[in-house]
Amino acid sequence: MKNKGLSKVDLIFESIDVREVLTKAFAMTSEEIIQQILESGLKGRGGAGFPTGLKWKYTAAEKEPEKYIVCNADEGEPGTFKDREILDKVSYKVYGGMAIAGKAMGAKKGFIYLRGEYRFLLPQLYVELHKFHKLIREIGYDFNIEYRMGSGAYICGEESALFESIEGFRGEPRNKPPYPTTSGLFYKPTSINNVETLVTAIMIMKMGGAEYVKLGTKDSRGSKVFSISGDTPIPGIFELELGMGVQEFVNEFGDGDTKAVQVGGASGFCVPRKKFGETMIGFEGVPTGGSMKLFNSSRSMYNVLHNYLEFFTEESCGQCTPCRVGCQQLLLGIEKVKKGEAKSTYLNELVKLADTMKVASKCGLGQSVGNAFRSIVENFREEVIY
Amino acid sequence: MITLKINDHQVQVKEGTIVLDAAKGLGLNIPTLCNHQDLCVAGNCRVCVVEQKGARTLIASCATPASEGMEIFTNSLKVRNARKHIVELLLSEHRADCTKCYKNQNCELQTLANEYSFGEHIFLDLVAGQPYNIDRSSPSFSKDDSKCIRCQRCVRTCSELQHVSAIAVANKGSHQKISSFHDRPMSHVVCTNCGQCVNRCPTGALTEKTYIDQVWDAIYDPEKHVVVQTAPAVRVALGEDLGYDPGQRVTGKMVSALRQLGFDSVLDTDFTADLTIIEEGTELLTRLRKVLVEGDKKVALPMFTSCSPGWIKFIEHKYPHMLSNLSTCKSPQQMFGALAKTFYAEKRKIDPSKVVSVSIMPCTAKKFEADRPEMRSSGYKDIDFVLTTRELAVMIKQAGIDFRTLEESTYDSFMGASTGAAVIFGATGGVMEAALRTAYEIVTGRSVPFKNLDIIPVRGMQGVKEAAIKIEGTKEEWKFLEGAELKVAIAHGLVNANKLTKAVSTGKASYHFIEIMACPGGCIGGGGQPIPTNIDIRKKRMEAIYVEDTGMPIRKSHENPEIVAIYKEFLVEPNGHKSHELLHTHYQQRESY
Repeated sequence: MKNKGLSKVDLIFESIDVREVLTKAFAMTSEEIIQQILESGLKGRGGAGFPTGLKWKYTAAEKEPEKYIVCNADEGEPGTFKDREILDKVSYKVYGGMAIAGKAMGAKKGFIYLRGEYRFLLPQLYVELHKFHKLIREIGYDFNIEYRMGSGAYICGEESALFESIEGFRGEPRNKPPYPTTSGLFYKPTSINNVETLVTAIMIMKMGGAEYVKLGTKDSRGSKVFSISGDTPIPGIFELELGMGVQEFVNEFGDGDTKAVQVGGASGFCVPRKKFGETMIGFEGVPTGGSMKLFNSSRSMYNVLHNYLEFFTEESCGQCTPCRVGCQQLLLGIEKVKKGEAKSTYLNELVKLADTMKVASKCGLGQSVGNAFRSIVENFREEVIY
Repeated sequence: MITLKINDHQVQVKEGTIVLDAAKGLGLNIPTLCNHQDLCVAGNCRVCVVEQKGARTLIASCATPASEGMEIFTNSLKVRNARKHIVELLLSEHRADCTKCYKNQNCELQTLANEYSFGEHIFLDLVAGQPYNIDRSSPSFSKDDSKCIRCQRCVRTCSELQHVSAIAVANKGSHQKISSFHDRPMSHVVCTNCGQCVNRCPTGALTEKTYIDQVWDAIYDPEKHVVVQTAPAVRVALGEDLGYDPGQRVTGKMVSALRQLGFDSVLDTDFTADLTIIEEGTELLTRLRKVLVEGDKKVALPMFTSCSPGWIKFIEHKYPHMLSNLSTCKSPQQMFGALAKTFYAEKRKIDPSKVVSVSIMPCTAKKFEADRPEMRSSGYKDIDFVLTTRELAVMIKQAGIDFRTLEESTYDSFMGASTGAAVIFGATGGVMEAALRTAYEIVTGRSVPFKNLDIIPVRGMQGVKEAAIKIEGTKEEWKFLEGAELKVAIAHGLVNANKLTKAVSTGKASYHFIEIMACPGGCIGGGGQPIPTNIDIRKKRMEAIYVEDTGMPIRKSHENPEIVAIYKEFLVEPNGHKSHELLHTHYQQRESY
């Protein structure tokens, strides 16, 4: 794979004339819009990385007259704070992206599920939303967006749990299949996209899929907004072209003593220093929804892992066995090993358990607990034990 | 049709068939826990995971529909390892107090543990040393969260089958638990004590409150005269707990067993079921006369039956403005209790304070009913102890009785004689059928116009049933009913009861008489019946009930000779002074949460 090195870009936060882009998009057919997105190679920016064009295509193919566009703004992954910034700075582009998605899929209604902790953004978001609704009426198009608030549960960022929450039920993931594209919000075909994905979509409509595809690599097209935190002299939000290695990233953002980078938040992977050079950031290496946490040599990786496991033990919805009990076992297990109350070889059992959680849990939460667990235990075994 | 491969065997199934059932068709058993035939798919215990070729993760076979070309492996190493882990995880959060547990040897988790988790446990015990509380506030059942494995069968039962939602999932992650409104005790929420959750709990987290020891104490107390009554639905289900297939009638053996256990008198709730028909039928006809002839606006129609204590508590909570529509008749159990310590004691010349009245019921709500303050009209607690069908089976086992080889015998007298009309109380529609057999004859002097007295339209498993009977050729005193069409409805399972009651409450439907049973299938599907339960088992029990009816020499309540006698000797007349004192009751409004 080709390492393109690190380069900053400005697409997401760039000011654009939404009226112009929307007018252009609304003049296109559904197939033409979806074709542009497919061509761009855009993958979902929430972290899972499902090809956005396919998601739109599947939803568009559904015959059901009532469909929904849902914007997932329940940004809960530890270390991720880019969606807040996007909504704060360019919410009009989010609304525009939703309207284009609506046009592409034949949906007239959009919902934005906003993280409970971001409630303070609402007044300004409503001002912008009002302007947007006015604009869309002027263009002569019918699309309406409503906000729905989360209440602080991490699991409600999982798409089907998010639907349950909007519908007024307990936020618990549903069985899949059926997938949201056939049966999503209110059991209607639904395209659920991350905030950044929708903004990227409107930029693709502006510049054209063929232009966008020039950015990034084969597996990771375009650019991405990163939330950078931890032991770095310049924490914050940076939009970078995809296709860089962890080494280039650390060279730019590290403090000279970086021992590990947690890519993708608590549900992501821990990359140790010795693997910086060989690891790409993106779908060819370690994927991320934007969270990049740097740790220097003053940090105990046991504490890092302990913190993540506490988080998952708390934030598992609790319905499925591997996740509900598995998280508790992993947490208690490393505590016992640390205290010397369990043999260090017990870690091997726990790694096996993490593997079971990965294949047997009901949703992405339980399935990804093993990522951080495995990568920290394997790379920092001594720190976990001693 | 869909073709798929399971463990390299090709199989064809109908579209929509889940992988679990497709495997079953090949004789492959995949273990399950949260799955239950009566309930919607949950897919949350993950015990049933199987491997699908090409899939990133294992899939829950209970929640995944078979698709064309799918290749499934139910027993690969990956599957076995995951399943073992899952069973071990469940055991680690379950207070495995097996030898002390009421569900010992009747626990689905224990069965799985036998298969997957012998030897040392892999994982740390999460419950050892942790404090736990057992909610014993309900007189009907106990709720022990430390044994709960969060399969949510109870939650789904309470909302899907019963529309009560007294219990729901609270909190998340490691704090997740099954709880009630504001974590109140079960005695202080909308719980109807129906016990359907108890019937479906795979572990010992929900169990009926047992009164077995108290009953043994009474039996061995020489001072006490212990009478026992058995409900109609018990005789067609008890066998299941004693090694018989579902649908076997064990009436005669059950009577013998009760006698061997040491009860002083073995009597039949069917007797008071017949009595209920006379009282309730008369009440209905009186209500009709008051409304139709006297134009009395205070009299409420339709009249609801009042035999099911789960239903009574449900209406008290959810439709308190309709309490006047409830028949004032006590349930057969409570009529029996009131008579046992008055009429029976008098007749047998026993001090009523020495009479201990025990009832064997298919029901957990009956335990609550017996505890109601209204149920002391004999001057004593009318029913002292209520045992479920399951508890009776336990007593029979405890006494070392070889049930299969028992001779059959018949009930004692007085209050042991019954009719076919009484026995069908055990199935949904039965009370209605029995009431119609009698009421029609009172009014017209003729039998109901149905072949063999079988009123087929009110029978069966349909959630809400309706029927209409045209009344013709009335006797002189019932002339006002000439040509009238008596409209009746029947609902079983509180979710259906709710639909019907709502339709009546909002004026969308109108009837004269409505039978409601809280449990699916009526009492044969009661919360105190043998575990497991499912629609096939309930159908078999129901068939057995109707066979029992057909085989009875007398099939109309008003022809029961003991009923004729009790009115002559004691009660004087239906709905008379004495009846009102002993056999009728009133109801109370309850909170709606």
